[in-house]
Amino acid sequence: MPLSVSLSIEGDTTVIELAGELDAKTAPEFHQTIEKAAGHGTGTVEIRMAGVGYMASAGLRSLVFAQQKVADHVTIKVVGAIEPVSRTIRTAGLDRSIVLSDE
Amino acid sequence: MSEAQSEQVLRVDAYPTHEVGGYRVRAGKPFPFGANVVPGGVSFSVFSDQATSMTLVIFKRGEPEPMAELEFPEEFRTGSVFAMTVFGLDHENIEYGYRADGPYDPVTGHRFDARQVLSDPYARLIAGRDVWGVEPDRSRGYQYRSRVCLQDFDWGDDTPLRLPAEDLVVYETHVRGFTRHPSSQVTAPGTFAGLREKIPYLKELGINCIELLPVFEFDESDNMRSNPETGEHLFDYWGYNTVSFFAPKAGYAATGRYGMQGDEFRTLIKDLHAAGIEVILDVVFNHTAEGNEQGPTISFKGLDNATYYMLTPEGYYFNFSGTGNTVNCNHPVVRNFVLDCLRHWVADYHIDGFRFDLAAILGRALDGTPLPNPPLLELLAYDPVLRHTKLIAEAWDAGGLYEVGNFPAYGRWAEWNGKYRDTVRSFLKGDPGVTGELATRIAGSPDLYSSRGTSASVNFLTAHDGFTLADLVSYNDKHNEANGEGNNDGANDNNSWNCGAEGPTDDPEVNRLRLRQMKNALAILFTSQGIPMLLAGDEVARTQQGNNNTYCQDNELSWFDWSQVDDNAELLRFTREMIAFRGHHRELRSTSHPTGQVRESLGLPDISWHGERAWQPDWSAESRLLAVARCGTGDDDVVYVAMNSHWEPHDLELPALPHGRSWHLFADTGAEAPHDIRTPGGEPELENAGKYLIGPRSVVILVGRTPDPEL
Repeated sequence: MPLSVSLSIEGDTTVIELAGELDAKTAPEFHQTIEKAAGHGTGTVEIRMAGVGYMASAGLRSLVFAQQKVADHVTIKVVGAIEPVSRTIRTAGLDRSIVLSDE
Repeated sequence: MSEAQSEQVLRVDAYPTHEVGGYRVRAGKPFPFGANVVPGGVSFSVFSDQATSMTLVIFKRGEPEPMAELEFPEEFRTGSVFAMTVFGLDHENIEYGYRADGPYDPVTGHRFDARQVLSDPYARLIAGRDVWGVEPDRSRGYQYRSRVCLQDFDWGDDTPLRLPAEDLVVYETHVRGFTRHPSSQVTAPGTFAGLREKIPYLKELGINCIELLPVFEFDESDNMRSNPETGEHLFDYWGYNTVSFFAPKAGYAATGRYGMQGDEFRTLIKDLHAAGIEVILDVVFNHTAEGNEQGPTISFKGLDNATYYMLTPEGYYFNFSGTGNTVNCNHPVVRNFVLDCLRHWVADYHIDGFRFDLAAILGRALDGTPLPNPPLLELLAYDPVLRHTKLIAEAWDAGGLYEVGNFPAYGRWAEWNGKYRDTVRSFLKGDPGVTGELATRIAGSPDLYSSRGTSASVNFLTAHDGFTLADLVSYNDKHNEANGEGNNDGANDNNSWNCGAEGPTDDPEVNRLRLRQMKNALAILFTSQGIPMLLAGDEVARTQQGNNNTYCQDNELSWFDWSQVDDNAELLRFTREMIAFRGHHRELRSTSHPTGQVRESLGLPDISWHGERAWQPDWSAESRLLAVARCGTGDDDVVYVAMNSHWEPHDLELPALPHGRSWHLFADTGAEAPHDIRTPGGEPELENAGKYLIGPRSVVILVGRTPDPEL
């Protein structure tokens, strides 16, 4: 399933909404969106992942990439990830630097 | 069309020229070796001098059987290098290996077997042991699977720290053992990520260099022994048995199952650097996990046995490492392999230095004889990429070559100073006849390193190999029964003393003495010239219950028990303040050996020796008391360290100080906490200016400075 990525700004938050599968084929598009989001200078980058049904290691790399790309004071929030996806993030230890949230 | 796409279109090498096994391919680039992502594909390059043919074997990730076997066309061979670019591969989801065909004739050194799939010696990632301790499926033909790795980590502005060697305080630890204990309270225990969570602890302790036991991919399950008492399976816990030299151990990463161990390790290094802490890797080039004739064929054995290993004229393996085989380090091809490997860790992982296990082997010729001018050691010393890294030798090997003080240094190499360890341990015990050599060791071992300066000497009292500090003062003998080798493994010559009872005791006198002995050891270590190295956990009295060889113990014998941070807060505080004290006193870190020359600024020699009477050291065999005063070049403080390993107290006459200075008390291990140690700069002035009573088996540290009216 292809990935759809949308980018918007809501106040001090840059919102990236993902739907589909985040894998080696689709991750580059996500990378490009993250670069754009990093340039917006908001305090939070919120990645809405409720529509992501599958995340390969490439997806995890994308989140690491996001974490590296934004400034130190910017919070990265992953919102609404389904259990297998959020488990992957937690196991990778990324939940310490990325805020995992249900809503 | 994006800019990136148009660039791809313009590249001639982005197009296939051949088809092999249904895959579009073209001749690859012989260099660099390994698997490298190139436009449209992956370039595979592997060396074998005697192979008659080579086949690239590709697996879909995790599948037992290959999805493709692509034989290298003859025209893809340059010299003895087989190189091929394969197009259209999903590099994240494949594993690969090689089948090398050629002669099987062990007498001439050749052990080719095309039935075996071999790991790429240059593989940047290995799959197959992704999660620590998971029992592998041994029925699989190919256990250690090479993987393609993107090298796209964003280092930001990180660069190696280049701390002056003399300023280092090294902390030796094991990635897993540091946070595996449940008390560590980290998110991912036993991993790079877990260690990263403990950076604040390391920073507060004051160390500025962490030395990691092997992190190159090894197989923790290759130990077949069990604990004879519990039946519990034993591991290859330390990991001195490398499977793959370019790949970080997946089982040390919370993300190993996603193939992200490289990124997780890099993130750790980046954060350590940000905290001012360098990273040194303990590297093992003397042998590999392939063992001898009986051992498994993993990589080198099947690719080019005669090149990579030292072989007897009959084709058997020389064993200078004590572990089955010996890498043929001074073969020109292998030299380059070692160099490439170290460059990789410096360039792609920002590693600050290396400690070479059994490094004396690196100085042996192809037939095993020691070389007067070993080309590999010279090569590493002058390499442009390694230029500012620390190179530290364990300057002996299991074949009897002992080069402490004689290791070919080329102005670069430092050494683990085993003589420092033995002398200070012996003194602490109270052995007679040691004070003379103690003086030499704490002054930076000028007898060994006269031309190299004090930072050639890495001073240590304990390391992973041997007793911990707590066990050094709690056991007369090793207790290695849990290793399943009948207590025959591990060193017998430990210079340890149990302080009156073997092992744990309720006797408060014995426990008090042990604590004091540990403080004595730390006080001597951190006031000695040379680079101090602390074994992780010694600052909180970590015990291995008398086991001095826990190479196979993946359990509480080896793990850092974080509850001891509270339980042994007194020793932790003492260690912190000692490390801070070293940082405050440049004279302790001087790179040149002291000469006794008088410093004009203070009218005192750079070093002076004292006994019960000032200026009168007692070098006799029965003397167990030695005091040393150090004086720096500028307006530095004078530091006086009195070491008494005698069981009686002694009245010390203190040397007089010039220019309105007076003696201030920094540490007295004979005093009860909190008076055992002060914060550097906050030392109270001695009331009785000329004298000090040093207690039995105690170390006293004084600072000669002008009084602070605030104190």
